[in-house]
Amino acid sequence: MSVRFHNVTKRFTLAGTPAVSDVSFEAPRGAVTAILGPSGAGKSTVLRLAAGLEFPDSGSISIDGVDCSDVPIQKRGIGLVFQNYALFRHMTVRENIAFGLKVRRMPRREVADRVTELLGVVQLEGLGDRYPGQLSGGQQQRVAFARALAVQPKVLLLDEPFGALDVRVRRELREWLDEFHAETGVTTLLVTHDQSDALELAEHVVVMFDGRVAQAGPPHEIYDHPETPQVASFVGGANLLTARVRSGSVKLDSISVPAPAAAEGDLVQVFVRPHDVELRRPSAESPDVSLALVERLKRIGGYVRVSLLLRGGENLTVESSMREFELLAVGPGDRVLVDLKAAKLFALERPH
Amino acid sequence: MSVQLAISRKRAATTEPELVRRLLIGTAFAFLVTFVCAPLAVVFVNAFREGAGKYLAAIREPDSVSAIQLTLLTAVIVVPLNLVFGLAAAWAIAKFRLRARNLLVSLIDLPFSVSPVIAGLLFVLLFGRQGFLGPWLSAHDIRVIFAPPGIVLATLFVTLPLVAREVLAVMEAQGSAEEEAALSLGASGWQTYFRVTLPKIKWGVLYGVVLCNARSMGEFGAVSVVSGHIRGVTTTLPLQAEILYNQYELSGAFAVASLLTLLALVTLLTKKYVETRSNGP
Repeated sequence: MSVRFHNVTKRFTLAGTPAVSDVSFEAPRGAVTAILGPSGAGKSTVLRLAAGLEFPDSGSISIDGVDCSDVPIQKRGIGLVFQNYALFRHMTVRENIAFGLKVRRMPRREVADRVTELLGVVQLEGLGDRYPGQLSGGQQQRVAFARALAVQPKVLLLDEPFGALDVRVRRELREWLDEFHAETGVTTLLVTHDQSDALELAEHVVVMFDGRVAQAGPPHEIYDHPETPQVASFVGGANLLTARVRSGSVKLDSISVPAPAAAEGDLVQVFVRPHDVELRRPSAESPDVSLALVERLKRIGGYVRVSLLLRGGENLTVESSMREFELLAVGPGDRVLVDLKAAKLFALERPH
Repeated sequence: MSVQLAISRKRAATTEPELVRRLLIGTAFAFLVTFVCAPLAVVFVNAFREGAGKYLAAIREPDSVSAIQLTLLTAVIVVPLNLVFGLAAAWAIAKFRLRARNLLVSLIDLPFSVSPVIAGLLFVLLFGRQGFLGPWLSAHDIRVIFAPPGIVLATLFVTLPLVAREVLAVMEAQGSAEEEAALSLGASGWQTYFRVTLPKIKWGVLYGVVLCNARSMGEFGAVSVVSGHIRGVTTTLPLQAEILYNQYELSGAFAVASLLTLLALVTLLTKKYVETRSNGP
């Protein structure tokens, strides 16, 4: 039941820029595919197009190899879960879950059995007679999942499903979804602006910016090998430094990064992940000037965020585990040796 | 305890000094008494001035009875029609990305911005003997102006926005995510409307109906123009009150007025009830 977008474009105003522009990707069968991007990137529109809530201006959408660009939403076999739950507030939890079965005219007895089963799946046994207004946000979203699952959708479409929940509930529900998916393997399309949703849940990630697909692939691939500066800084967070190529490499402070593809004198952007930097105590023979200055320390739970000032005036943020950092025994005002374990270069325009 | 309360009240940043507070409350109260409570009391005092017997007699008088009947008939026709129109218009505007949306909303609002007297005149110009459709109507022996149909039409015009506005506001505030969920679960458009949309907006609908009913019974200006003031035939309650008043039959005028005032009070209570219910679970 893979979902495939083929050159899909959708605009909401005649003159304006398209909300979704020439989007192609494939969400593999049985996998969770995350559509990741900042707000306004068009990712919700992609989901609404897949659902049949919107129809593409051009291009085609197929579910399981069958073109469904013109199939109405009722016949697409999809289950929808929204950020704000969208539960029927005048119905009890049981009535909410039963809705899809009732409009399909399933016999009453079977509906009741199925609803009881689903209440178990989403771990809400005993809350069936409550109204949505009497439930917490996390519970409401579980009801929304149960309601969507009741009609046995071929594809589950989730629009920022954890967006309205606080951190703890968010993590709980994410773990629940992960387990649920591992058991059932229902093809899932997950729209999110939160990279941890995407990196934790998805087997396939589609990164979107400005209505276009910037990069698609497995999450580690996107994290380790971002293809554009935008993707690099959006996924994972990164230091962004600008430097010039001199004799085949880029020099940052005492560190040099090889730049084989760039020409001499090119300006390049260097992306460095905060935890791809190793800090070492300066040895006696290293000259003071080549060291980075520790400006600020911030302890965040089990790790430390260190703000460094490089000799060239650039700032570099480094994250290191508390344990490693304690061994280093440095504080603000001290100097440290900086070693880059990994960095990624992107060419800027050549100087004219 | 009371001392502590006094202290904490003084400490609240938003609290005004004692004098200002009393002055503001006093002013508001004085206005309310002068312009709302006093006139309301006057209506009932005058209506019963000559005793309950006279009051009942004034209401049971044939002209008054026929005015009551015409008023009820008008409301019975106008309210359901406006309900159907209001639901349809609000649904169309809230549901679709209409390019003419603003134009449509302005058109629905038009009866509010036109003076009721002008509204009445429009119908006279359209259906009156000298009017646009006048010759055709008199050829077929259909009377609209100076007859109950004209009163119903004029009332329909002035009350047109009431249900539509209320329902539209509620629908737009609630968004369409629930409807989208219902559709994704396989419900048809009609199933979605009756099982999801209508229950969702029912308090807004009821509120609009209450307002529409009150206005259709109490409308004076537009109805006055098209009615022709034929006693016992084309007078509604507000017109009857005016006629009696002009004839110095004060207790009769106030008796009829008291019926309209009671209607207003019932409307107010229903409105209050609907508001508390719609805020609840």
